[in-house]
Amino acid sequence: MTREEAFTQFLLRMGDNTLILGHRVSEWCGHAPVLEEDIALANTALDLIGQTQMWLGLAGEVQGEGKSADDLAFLRDAWDFRNVLLCEVPNGDFGRTLMRQFLFDAWHSIQLGRLMKSSDERVAAIAEKASKEVAYHLERSADTVVGLGDGTEESRRRMQEALDYLWPYVGEMFQSDDVDAEMVKAGIAPDPASLREEYDALISRILGDATLTIPESRFAHKGGRTGAMHTEHLGHLLTQMQWLQRAYPGAKW
Amino acid sequence: MSQVTTQPSTTRIWEWLDAVPDPEIPVISLVDLGIIRDVAWEGGTLVVTVTPTYSGCPATSVIAMDIETALRDRGIEDLKLKTQISPAWTTDWLSEKGRTKLEEYGIAPPQPAGGPEKCPHCGSTHVTKVSQFGSTPCKAHWRCQDCLEPFDYFKCI
Repeated sequence: MTREEAFTQFLLRMGDNTLILGHRVSEWCGHAPVLEEDIALANTALDLIGQTQMWLGLAGEVQGEGKSADDLAFLRDAWDFRNVLLCEVPNGDFGRTLMRQFLFDAWHSIQLGRLMKSSDERVAAIAEKASKEVAYHLERSADTVVGLGDGTEESRRRMQEALDYLWPYVGEMFQSDDVDAEMVKAGIAPDPASLREEYDALISRILGDATLTIPESRFAHKGGRTGAMHTEHLGHLLTQMQWLQRAYPGAKW
Repeated sequence: MSQVTTQPSTTRIWEWLDAVPDPEIPVISLVDLGIIRDVAWEGGTLVVTVTPTYSGCPATSVIAMDIETALRDRGIEDLKLKTQISPAWTTDWLSEKGRTKLEEYGIAPPQPAGGPEKCPHCGSTHVTKVSQFGSTPCKAHWRCQDCLEPFDYFKCI
């Protein structure tokens, strides 16, 4: 694997995380429990999709095959996606959506903080821009997790169920492979495993405030960020997201 | 040679851009919003550097189109728009004029404290947050506890 190949993979991982999660969150548009939450979710999705344009735009540039961000988003099939599985699991109820958002935002904010010091100035610039938006996402998802966790009997139960369901998807964000080793060597990105301590401290504090119990198991579903095996949910998501370009190739707005 | 003599000064171009309204908050200009980072002549080409407010803001492409239209109307033929994402846009770049106009329009301007100083309608300081997000990516939704009117707050980032 050349440095460019590893760099392209790394950028696809960043961009596919934001794309797939952004699409998932956008599924709430018009369906959230109250109008304010609907707007908040749609705005979060919009930020994530905006960040996708930057990450996938750069991925296309580094890859050097003349592909645009749109080409990468709409013309790849499930096995070419590099997002972590956490981003593609279905929304479930509102509580599970916000718990997923919190578990991702916490990782995302730490990762972007490190990437702001990347040796590649394009990566550092995207991270600087995105980190401002993500700080806001984290503030909101953490507040909501605490509000619902430390809420009524029913909301607490639902949040604990959400955490139990999503917990096995957390570990994948900290898995390292050859791509990561190459990125560390080039000073472009940190070793994912090196983020875990800070992540655990952050989520323990918030989930503690939310009166929720973090499961003990460290078992992790994986295969998303390497592309080895996605969940069955990703293909269904893509049939929605990519439908227009598949039905009318090259259609423009 | 004729081009050099007909080239409008960058000061003049800044003035023209200051007359282009933000598509979503038309009471302030693109210059007030702080997203025009640079205006420079590179030979016969006018280069305008623009920074996005939020990376997914749908107004970004409309803004680019509005800049082009405004400058072409003034006779600028050779124009290049450059997008710059670093340093990232901050609400510190909003002009004083822009902040005043926002408030007159009913949008509370950003405050480092993270919330509006007062209700833009009645001036009361008894205000409460309804939602961290509002009608556009750059705003949050607040309400005045005295006059009971809801209002937008321009998020501080």
